[in-house]
Amino acid sequence: MADVNRGNRPLSPHLQIYRPQLTSMTSIFTRITGNALIVGTLLIVWWLLAAATGPDYFETANAVLTSWFGDLVMFGSLWALWYHTLAGLRHLYWDTGRGLDVPTAEKLGWGVIGGSVVLTILTIIILW
Amino acid sequence: MAFLTDRKRADGMGSAKTGTEHFWHMQISSVALLILVPLFIFTFGSILGAPYDEVVAYFARPFPAIICALTLIVGLVHFRNGAQVLIEDYVHGLARKICIIAVICLSYGALATGLFALIRLAL
Repeated sequence: MADVNRGNRPLSPHLQIYRPQLTSMTSIFTRITGNALIVGTLLIVWWLLAAATGPDYFETANAVLTSWFGDLVMFGSLWALWYHTLAGLRHLYWDTGRGLDVPTAEKLGWGVIGGSVVLTILTIIILW
Repeated sequence: MAFLTDRKRADGMGSAKTGTEHFWHMQISSVALLILVPLFIFTFGSILGAPYDEVVAYFARPFPAIICALTLIVGLVHFRNGAQVLIEDYVHGLARKICIIAVICLSYGALATGLFALIRLAL
């Protein structure tokens, strides 16, 4: 039967009605970090193209990547990359059917947050 | 039932009747990136900020060039698939199709540009 009331039915509760939780926030940040990484990726690809083109063009791209703006994007991307990597590891673990209960999922969430911060700081110390 | 693999039992199920292949490819690429990402962070991170001559010489070496190329290939294919899911969740109708095509163009465009640059630097 055709639904004559289509589009005018009550909607189930959505994001704005729920209290933010660790599990939902870490999930949302997995998506945000993964997609935001395209910015850093495009900058790096441009930097590589500039290096392949010649010294003059390289100076321009390198100046952008090592400016305060470039530093901001690169340090942000470094954290995002570690965060997304650890969150991906958590997803691979979940995909085996393990760790899906709330206490374990929350522990893994803190692990992703703490781990990403620690790895970012360690990377900066090692590469500085 | 014991004769069916988990993959075979999931194939064709769900409202879209498809998606198992997509999920499987995300898993493959994420396992590959688990290895590539740390290698890329430390190979690329140690040359960023160096002068032109050093950068060119660095990417003429096999290890940094191959790690960078593999990370770009797997990373951008992973992005192309992941961003498609993002679009499918929030954008509908014609705009969805346009956005997905745009993401595919952007991913393969960046991938081709990066590989071209690396080959030129390496050779």
